[in-house]
Amino acid sequence: MRENILEIISNYNNDKTRLMDILHDIHSIAGYVDQESIELLHQKLRISEAQVNEVISFYHFYNCKPLAKVNIYLNNSITAKMHGREGVLNAFRNECAVEEGGISEDGEFGLFTTSCIGMNDQEPAAIINGSIFTRLTPYRVRELVKDLRNGKDIKELIYEGDGGGRNALPEINSMVCNNIRRRGALLTQDYLPFEITKKLLPVSTPEDIISIVEASKLRGRGGAGFPTGLKWKFGRKAEGVHHVVICNADEGEPGTFKDRILLTEFPELVFEGMIIAGYSIGADIGLLYLRYEYKYLLNFLKGLLDDMRSKNLLGKNISGIADFNFDIRIQLGAGAYVCGEESALIESLEGKRGEPRDKPPFPVERGYLNYPTVVNNVETLASIPKILKNGSDWFLNLGSNDSAGTKILSVSGDCNFPGIYEVEWGTTIKDVLDMCGAYDVQAIQVGGPSGALIGEKDFNRALSYTDLPTGGSMIVFGNKRNILKNVVMNLMEFFIEESCGSCSTCRNMPMVMKKKLEKILGGRGVESDIDDLLSWSEVLKVSRCGLGQTASNPITTSIKNFRHLYENLVQKDIVFDTGFDLEESVKDSCAAVGRQPILHNL
Amino acid sequence: MSKKVIATTSLAGCFGCHMSILDIDERIIDLVELVEFNKSPINDIKKFTKKVDVGIIEGGCCNSENVEVLKYFRENCSILISLGECAIMGGLPALRNGIPIEECLNEAYLNGPTVKLNTAKIIPNDPELPMILNKVYPCHEVVKVDYYLPGCPPRADLIWDALVALLTGTEMDLPYEVIKFD
Repeated sequence: MRENILEIISNYNNDKTRLMDILHDIHSIAGYVDQESIELLHQKLRISEAQVNEVISFYHFYNCKPLAKVNIYLNNSITAKMHGREGVLNAFRNECAVEEGGISEDGEFGLFTTSCIGMNDQEPAAIINGSIFTRLTPYRVRELVKDLRNGKDIKELIYEGDGGGRNALPEINSMVCNNIRRRGALLTQDYLPFEITKKLLPVSTPEDIISIVEASKLRGRGGAGFPTGLKWKFGRKAEGVHHVVICNADEGEPGTFKDRILLTEFPELVFEGMIIAGYSIGADIGLLYLRYEYKYLLNFLKGLLDDMRSKNLLGKNISGIADFNFDIRIQLGAGAYVCGEESALIESLEGKRGEPRDKPPFPVERGYLNYPTVVNNVETLASIPKILKNGSDWFLNLGSNDSAGTKILSVSGDCNFPGIYEVEWGTTIKDVLDMCGAYDVQAIQVGGPSGALIGEKDFNRALSYTDLPTGGSMIVFGNKRNILKNVVMNLMEFFIEESCGSCSTCRNMPMVMKKKLEKILGGRGVESDIDDLLSWSEVLKVSRCGLGQTASNPITTSIKNFRHLYENLVQKDIVFDTGFDLEESVKDSCAAVGRQPILHNL
Repeated sequence: MSKKVIATTSLAGCFGCHMSILDIDERIIDLVELVEFNKSPINDIKKFTKKVDVGIIEGGCCNSENVEVLKYFRENCSILISLGECAIMGGLPALRNGIPIEECLNEAYLNGPTVKLNTAKIIPNDPELPMILNKVYPCHEVVKVDYYLPGCPPRADLIWDALVALLTGTEMDLPYEVIKFD
């Protein structure tokens, strides 16, 4: 084993910035990282053992203890729960004789909870030994476990067949379905791969390209909405030995799965967008950060890159353009929502914990390895070749005044047709509900947990950067759902789980707010508790990144739009109820040290 | 107008918030013009000698003595302020909240790498000692708290502005920039 580990490390030239890849490779041969490997990493990469350990412990899919033979990661997003996760969980617990979060006594099965894996339109879903299983039911679980016990290979267990489209390719071979329900400008099949790279780039200057992108008024599709042309301009202007283009495919916002579709069906669009970005800002390094949950696409995407290299679409003097040297490497993540934040993503790309950086400097000035770096969302980059092909006016004519183009929505929850809907900006919520067959709607979570929970009075609002901005996730909740107990609580738990812990505000406040919500749900809340929740949320604004800054949104937006749900639960006749029980709270420690609690003087 | 009376205490905190109070520098002379200090570590008055207008609490509750002091403050102060991260959210001490208390005590007194001299393997259990709570509680989960001043520590200007606003009955401006952590 020692020899194998040393070989892996030397494959990456003892480069500590490749720690993510090294850890992935160690996992693939050993299943976990043992103490000996940690010591070897410390010696060879010249980083402390603590630095190795802090990376392993940060990411959900790294382990420093052995796991089971079969490891089941069951998604715990709200949509999974709405579609029967509990039954599926119980089936796994019974069939595998294992508790959630543990490993069975015989070491055969491990059952773990994981945050949204990007399958919201086909929940409940799980990752089992790297393969994705969607639309799970208790019956299906019994069948699966029986066959696994009989030693069948995981790949043989996809009785449903492949999910269609490129999911059927042998390189992917997955049961994941695309569920594309509505195609717009981006998702139509009128695209000739790499036409722009071959024909337009050789006759255009980088400035020409940037000015077309600027004129199109394309804005970032990840959620923040920064003007893409401007970002590229900054990136081009910034000085550095290398320039870097990063495609952010760490799609972790629960309820979002559009990047999965783009990377499955339109990866050429994304890669060509990266090449064009590289040409525009003068980059030589291209990186695509793929979330671990989409690992099943990795070999397919790598194969495409190899093919592109053989056709001179990557490498030296691309398309015969002198000195345009650019290549793309795919970095696999390891399970951490916060890595979707661009500076955390860069930290992760450098082989570290994905903790957001202080800003400024922004990545366009000092990003990956301190080189000027442009980070763009998958959907943003995929828009680029089409804009260049059809012109900025074509793009401007799509969408609404302040928001040009289309938006790919990931729709899930209580609707008849969950899936992907590409709509023009300016489309109203009501229209989307009518598209996806959602009736009897109580609330919608727009933009994932960091977005807003809205009710009927907002259904006439339009999706746009100025009215109702969104990274694309829409989860529909019908009237039968318990919004506070199930929805808001689930979203708060997500933030508590995914906080990197760097800022004390984000590490603690969501937990404190959750306690308060529990107090209200438990019938011990008072009117002032509701206002406390609102005023306390303000303190999160001092957090370093968007995750912390928005971590109270499930509570604050639900108070704003569904205050009556809170008011129905609080006690009207008193101004304060502690909920604190001294006797109960000292019981455990007194038992542990062997003394009798003394409570009479308190 | 008679001087307003202030009291302060540090529960499960690091005294950083009190240091920050002292950081108002020479304005403390102005403050003394405005207020009179009662029970506080600053003057070492142990028991309340009169009704207090404003009680300032640093730190959350990690043991029964913290709870006792906090309740004592609530009974004797018209207004109670949670000052800083630990009072409001439990802060650093609350990092133990995810770990069972027995495990914490074993690590601290029996198994920790720095435990050398406890050869009798005793976890302190004298009845005179405060009882440890199963987790660290922010103050508002124990008693009613009226105001919250965030920060780690809240910087001196913030404390000063808040006290002046409270004592003079004026609105307080709390822009994003004045809230600092770590």
